[in-house]
Amino acid sequence: MSDETDSVKAVRPAATGPSRRVLMVLGAGAAAGLAAPGTLFAQGARPSTPPDRPRGQIVAALSQEPTAFNPLMPGIEVDQAVWWQLFSTLWYIDAEGNFVPDLAREVPTVANGGLSADGLTWKIKLRSGVTWHDGTAFTAEDVKYSLELINNPNFRVRNRVGHSLVKDITVVSPDEIHWRMETPYSPYLSILSLTFLVPKHVMEKAADPNTSPMNNAPVGTGPFRWGSRTPGDNILLTANTAYHGKGPYVERLIFKYISDLTVLYTQFRTGQVDYTGIQGILPNFVREAKTLRDRTVVVSSTSSVEHIAPNLDFGPLADKTVREALYMAINKKAIIDALNYGLPTPTETFVPQQGWSYQPGLPAHVFDPAKANALLDAAGWARGSDGVRAKGGVRLEFTNSTTSGNAVREQTQQLLMQDWRGIGAAMRIQNMPPAVMWGEFWQQSKFNSALVSVNFMLGADPDVTPRFGSGAIPAKGGRGFNTYQYQNPEADSLLALGARQFDLAERKASYGKLQTIIRNDLAILPLFQGVIAEGMKANLRGFRPNANTSTNCWNIREWYWA
Amino acid sequence: MARYVVNRLGQAVLLLFIVSMLGFAILHLAPGGPLSQFALSSQMTQEDLDRITRQLGLDRPLPVQYADWLWRMLRGDWGVSYRDGEPVLKIIGAHLGATFELMATATLIAVVLGCWIGILGAIRRYSIFDQLATVGAMVALSIPTFWFGLIAIYVFSVNLGWLPSGNRHTVGEEGSLLDMLHHLIAPALVLALVETAMWGRFMRSSMLDVINQDYIRTARAKGLPEWRILSQHALRNALLPMITVAGLQFPTLLGGALVTETVFTWPGMGRLFLDSIGYRDYPVVMGILMFSATMVLIGSLIADMLYAVVDPRIRVG
Repeated sequence: MSDETDSVKAVRPAATGPSRRVLMVLGAGAAAGLAAPGTLFAQGARPSTPPDRPRGQIVAALSQEPTAFNPLMPGIEVDQAVWWQLFSTLWYIDAEGNFVPDLAREVPTVANGGLSADGLTWKIKLRSGVTWHDGTAFTAEDVKYSLELINNPNFRVRNRVGHSLVKDITVVSPDEIHWRMETPYSPYLSILSLTFLVPKHVMEKAADPNTSPMNNAPVGTGPFRWGSRTPGDNILLTANTAYHGKGPYVERLIFKYISDLTVLYTQFRTGQVDYTGIQGILPNFVREAKTLRDRTVVVSSTSSVEHIAPNLDFGPLADKTVREALYMAINKKAIIDALNYGLPTPTETFVPQQGWSYQPGLPAHVFDPAKANALLDAAGWARGSDGVRAKGGVRLEFTNSTTSGNAVREQTQQLLMQDWRGIGAAMRIQNMPPAVMWGEFWQQSKFNSALVSVNFMLGADPDVTPRFGSGAIPAKGGRGFNTYQYQNPEADSLLALGARQFDLAERKASYGKLQTIIRNDLAILPLFQGVIAEGMKANLRGFRPNANTSTNCWNIREWYWA
Repeated sequence: MARYVVNRLGQAVLLLFIVSMLGFAILHLAPGGPLSQFALSSQMTQEDLDRITRQLGLDRPLPVQYADWLWRMLRGDWGVSYRDGEPVLKIIGAHLGATFELMATATLIAVVLGCWIGILGAIRRYSIFDQLATVGAMVALSIPTFWFGLIAIYVFSVNLGWLPSGNRHTVGEEGSLLDMLHHLIAPALVLALVETAMWGRFMRSSMLDVINQDYIRTARAKGLPEWRILSQHALRNALLPMITVAGLQFPTLLGGALVTETVFTWPGMGRLFLDSIGYRDYPVVMGILMFSATMVLIGSLIADMLYAVVDPRIRVG
């Protein structure tokens, strides 16, 4: 970013490949997450250290309201912002992409004996001296209960991917637990980094775990305790002084719900809120926000990829040549520079560019309408009298859908329509409210094409079986989210192989090949990797963007006032 | 009177039944659903969504779902929110106070200011004040509430820094009455603006009708002082049609509150309704719908009964 000031630091995707540390085998304790250079998002010039006891409060504004407080039940990103404060995982992935033990004493590896060589036996040693917010000791029984609850058919769990493979859970001692996996499944390490544990002694009091009182007055082992909730307005958390890790350094944390992003920015500008979370600052306000006194704006990459999702079963879009021509005819630079204020970085793949599995060197997109026209001519797509091409009675005509009211996406559609009209492709806009767009219309592949941003990673793992596996097409009875209806036997083999490999170098090779195949097939038409601009008061320290988590609120425990 | 009230209550129950049936059908037949919000989550698959759909009973035929909802409703169980698992009545209760505070303040401002403008406009018909009030009312009625809200925030919060740009309290410092009033000024004035214009127009028209009546002329002929004619003869009669206006205010105010609460981050029923529709939180949307419909019917019934009480020429029953 050319207009950075001292107080504005941008976290750009690392253009280089994975570091040596990251390339170490998983068994040696290396990360499976996304690596981002920590120095890039250092805070302002004033040096300071955290206080010796919690002091002050932080008002963190969120544009969606957190409503799901049981971390095992269905929730969205904004709920996870609260879960990070109240609960803990066995381990998490830090901003540099390393697995860091939390409730576990160490991350299980083949080297430390936590994982058997065949990947089937897991032995987890737990941290001792950890207590739940009500003072009860955390033990292996809580881990066993959480894993069993996830697999309880009557429990409205968010997801069982990976967990359903866990068998024969044995509590060896209060601080050690073992289990066996039905099949080797390496992404489980990543899944567990986002699986928050719940207290057995509280949950089991309720006859029905779906209606446990804990769902609305959560008890965890996290850095903050539940305080109160004013529905539609705010959630108050207080410092857990018995927290087992670093921090917390503030007495109170208030999540303030402000649904309108313009209003949210205004309250940030007028100083009513200290931090703008989740969707952050709208791109059109970023330039102005950087000029505000006593405010810091941090622009960081997310794991989401903005792309055009073709329905590969729909008429002209089933033809790979058409997809190539359409991709070639997109003026990506104009979309990034004119509509997104130059903030995002173009990409060619579904893996974030900081990820250990990111495959560099994929064919780069070139904006070349003349070549796109030539491709279509050669493939027999002839222009009709109205300028729209057709082949074998199929017109090169389709709709594009996205969430109505998203101004930037609606403008992107206008540019796409214009670009594609130039090569004889007729695109019509068919936008819908979110509840409609992402309902059956999306889930059952009833769209022609869509403009969408998706985080393809499973936790921080590149296992995209639910997104690109041929058995994951809901419209064909599949169990995943392959709404593109992408099918490629070679991709299926690589997905299966990658999921049972535990050596990081081998996995990187498998997922590299997979990315090449998906790029060549143009299963998606990737535009750019997502970015988020977040604002905070200049004397708020400790903020560290982490693309391995779904929210940059992950480490509020380490935030403090200078 | 008792028979009239019973009749009206009977009609109200029938109306509520029709509202519930139509509301339920429209809500559930509209595309999308409560699980759409999870569709882009990398942590949930179609299998998970199908399972949760079954667990919530959303895979049952619509008439079965409606019958189940109605039966529970009749027994006082308004259901629980799909979003946070809280009982619907508790959720409505938690938001009602904020909306009531905003609506009551706005209504008070609108009634006092609107009536005063209307009366003065009628007495000094075609004066500069009357003409300015007419133009002002037209502007207030023509421009959307959210625009006024944004202008108020821009001028009084961002530029002048006199008023907070939203919220019901300073975040984290709830409990101070002064702080609450400070936060209430802007949203209440914005919500009251359109209402004031409406009250002013109705009041002016009603007052003009009355001051041209024979009995007012007679009072003047008797030599009564003008203030007494206006306050005791004209005003009392001119206020009668205002009862109808007041009875119809609830839905109008609620509509205005939807927008005002969003612009000013006011945690009331309006914002709850919009959020719940957005997330397709069926139990909460239905709860708010039934609650609002009941309030409108009660408001209308009270207005009719008040008419009978304050105007001896009218008898009901």
